[in-house]
Amino acid sequence: MQKQAIFQSKLLPYVLVAPQLAIVLLFFYWPALQAVIQSFLLQDAFGLSTSFVWFENYLDLFREPAYFEAILRTFFFSFAIAVSSLSFALLLAVMADKPLRGSMLYRTLLIWPYAVAPPVVGVLWIFMLHPSLGVIARYLRALGIDWNPLLDGDQAATLIVLAAAWKQISYNFLFFLAGLQSIPRSVLEAAAIDGARPMRRFWTVTFPLLSPTIFFLLVVNIVYAFFDTFGIIDTMTRGGPGKSTETLVYKVYSDGLLGGNLGSSAAQSVILMVMVIVLTGIQFRFVERKVTY
Amino acid sequence: MGSLLLPCSLVTPYSPLPIRYSLVQHMANVTLRNVRKTYLGGFEAIKGVNVDVGDGQFCVLVGPSGCGKSTLLRMVAGLETVTGGEIDIGGRVVNQVEPADRDIAMVFQNYALYPHMSVYNNMAYGLRNRGMAEAEIKTRVEEAARVLELSPMLERKPRQLSGGQRQRVAMGRAIVRQPKVFLFDEPLSNLDAKLRIAMRVEIRKLQRRLNTTSIYVTHDQLEAMTLADILVVMNGGQVEQVGNPLAIYEKPATTFVASFIGAPPMNLMSTRPEEIRSQLAGSAAADAGILGIRPEDFVITDQTPAGGVALPLTVEAIERVGAETFVYGSREQEEQRVAATPGELPPGEIIVRIPGTEAPAIGAKIRVAAVRTKLHLFSGDGRTRLEA
Repeated sequence: MQKQAIFQSKLLPYVLVAPQLAIVLLFFYWPALQAVIQSFLLQDAFGLSTSFVWFENYLDLFREPAYFEAILRTFFFSFAIAVSSLSFALLLAVMADKPLRGSMLYRTLLIWPYAVAPPVVGVLWIFMLHPSLGVIARYLRALGIDWNPLLDGDQAATLIVLAAAWKQISYNFLFFLAGLQSIPRSVLEAAAIDGARPMRRFWTVTFPLLSPTIFFLLVVNIVYAFFDTFGIIDTMTRGGPGKSTETLVYKVYSDGLLGGNLGSSAAQSVILMVMVIVLTGIQFRFVERKVTY
Repeated sequence: MGSLLLPCSLVTPYSPLPIRYSLVQHMANVTLRNVRKTYLGGFEAIKGVNVDVGDGQFCVLVGPSGCGKSTLLRMVAGLETVTGGEIDIGGRVVNQVEPADRDIAMVFQNYALYPHMSVYNNMAYGLRNRGMAEAEIKTRVEEAARVLELSPMLERKPRQLSGGQRQRVAMGRAIVRQPKVFLFDEPLSNLDAKLRIAMRVEIRKLQRRLNTTSIYVTHDQLEAMTLADILVVMNGGQVEQVGNPLAIYEKPATTFVASFIGAPPMNLMSTRPEEIRSQLAGSAAADAGILGIRPEDFVITDQTPAGGVALPLTVEAIERVGAETFVYGSREQEEQRVAATPGELPPGEIIVRIPGTEAPAIGAKIRVAAVRTKLHLFSGDGRTRLEA
């Protein structure tokens, strides 16, 4: 098997990859470079003068307790979103994997939420849980729960986690279902004959065999919670009340575009960029090699 | 991977090590009473099967693919529901009993090893699930590993093993449990030809030594003949014949069994043509619809044995396989087709099996004959054997 293609002309391969390269350079590397440059600059309040300040923007960030709070908050959000959406998706996938009537129908229905855009998800959940408009909020109030995410930071955080996790369930479900279906039936039958009851069978056979899928989804979900929850946060809470739902990504936006501190915002983006690189590195390292069981 | 790379222990049968008491099995017979399986759509996979497998016997279910043999085995295992009749293991009807509680062990076609567990844990899993003490588990697993020559590989994962070794682990997983019954679902069909023969011998020896009642499913008639104490030939969800393998070979009850057991298959021909009818005249056989003669029962001769049958043939093809030669000949006056059954020859073609490599030339006109005692006679529909 020959893997290398041989071109007659030396120029042709470069011409062929040029469009892709142009897109990558224009839309990825150039803005990234701009962010790095910007992160070393400080602008005055009116944008009239710009000075090169080396790492001053970064140092300012690390001196600011609010930044550490945002980091902690982001980690907490990622963890909560990843764990809740993964576990719920796994539960749904295990149930959908059973040979039941109409399984194709509800498998399809379970995948639909993935097609909903994050801001729309935010709006949907607001309609349900808005303290004065929401349907569910009414029942919560009727149950004696003082539900007001517009004022209560913890409730707002719960709301974000709920909406963000809900949106990701479909994606996780799809991978879990595929993972479950790739486990040979006979292995589970062998376990049944070997005296393992369904729960034990799940934890000792199914779960370990799903571990590559779980690990892959864990990384994907963390990246999702880090970056793709912007739309949900922006439509639902705009980082508030106070700063109780301001994650790192939202802080980049609010400091830079709302606060006008472009230098700090750029420095934050660069830090986020490094985090993505690390996460992607981890994913490649382990997923490419496959998690061995 | 070529079989040359395999360690030689894989292709040589076990040395007859004594088996310690720890692997001595409980015994039980398995009785199937009018067992049926009808799927929701109304498809009848098993149409009333009656089989009795005695203590320590080796029963082989054989038949073409789709005949229901695997379904039947899975019903005994408890992996398929029983929709009619009774399955009795060791005097207890187990229709409603979970697979785990039937005291059976099964060896699957694809081995079904737990890929994330070591060989040791694969074998220990079933014992741990039953809450056995670790010390006892260790004794049993090590004993099984010794018997199966797996001792150096206990810490390996299944993917680090060859096909034959995986097969042994699957066997090991079955024997450590000391079940009442072993179930085998085409366990050798994923192995290459050489290893398959070696493992076949090993399975038989192991079963003899452990003396555990076994049910074995295969589509390979050679495997069936060599392994079985009781052979069950199945077709279309029904049992065609049950019995000792040689008895079945010598007296097949139907034309299906006649053509399925034995390779190359028995020659089946209609008795209607005058040529055959006249030779069978004067006996009960004259009314038979189908005449069967095994390829090895023909002799190339100009004489006609008294009461026997002789046929003129034109040699069409010759196959020399060393110790024997197969002569494919066509009969001149073939009018009637015999209902097609698996492995059957094209109508009008006759296979003759002769020893050695001496054979007539292609295109030669020969005459073959079989003695009276070697004739198999069946009713016209092939469902009943007639005694001549």
